[in-house]
Amino acid sequence: MEQKTKINAEEGKQELVITREFDLPLELLFKAYVESDLVEQWMGTKVLKLESKKHGSYQFETTDPKGNKYRFNGVIHEFVPNQKITRTFEMENTPFGVQLEINEFERLAADTSKIHIQVIYESVAKRDQVLKLPFAQGINMAHNRIQELLSKSA
Amino acid sequence: MNLRRDVFQAIADPSRRAILLLVASQAMTAGAIAANFNTARPTVSKHLQILTECELLKQEQSGREVYYHINAKKMKEVAEFIEPFRKMWEDRFNKLETIMKKYKSK
Repeated sequence: MEQKTKINAEEGKQELVITREFDLPLELLFKAYVESDLVEQWMGTKVLKLESKKHGSYQFETTDPKGNKYRFNGVIHEFVPNQKITRTFEMENTPFGVQLEINEFERLAADTSKIHIQVIYESVAKRDQVLKLPFAQGINMAHNRIQELLSKSA
Repeated sequence: MNLRRDVFQAIADPSRRAILLLVASQAMTAGAIAANFNTARPTVSKHLQILTECELLKQEQSGREVYYHINAKKMKEVAEFIEPFRKMWEDRFNKLETIMKKYKSK
């Protein structure tokens, strides 16, 4: 099966591009980005605040399986319904800095749509750190799982 | 111009991915690779050049023929580095699609 979500991260650049096509009308795709209860469901995060408008801000809170809480926040700079959301994004208490996210929504057909996300980081090094994050977490999780199994069998 | 070829750009192209898949099973000459595509030979040569420059393919001389092999080490490096990040977004977006499809039928 072809991969629906594509990431383009050119070497040596401080940005990356994420694209994805959906079997959804444009309006529904956009709605998923705007309404708190929908964002909570697909992002798997608690929405503390989400003001979907120009100069609005947002704050999310995610709890990991161990009960540690992580907060994310940003400000919305541009909000054009069914077209575009430009916003900043920051993981609180991390060294990754503030990133700029340009989310563009596009109608492909009556029941299909596409999102194009350009993310710009403070530096190439910070982009690469963020890119490697899920990779590092994957390793940690595998490691923890092994430890768990070992401690159970002990 | 940036002469250093970008590995992610190299694998973003469907023809180049097809070439990698083909060569993954066995080392092949440029002619044998080109015979598998409906594309002009110079186009295939260009793809091979890009894949070689970013080290996804390696060339090996055997008599008068040059064979292309896959560089497994480089392929693994690329896949492992970016794949978990891609997978994270893929999972999120799959969820979004499922949730909004249900929302639509409500």
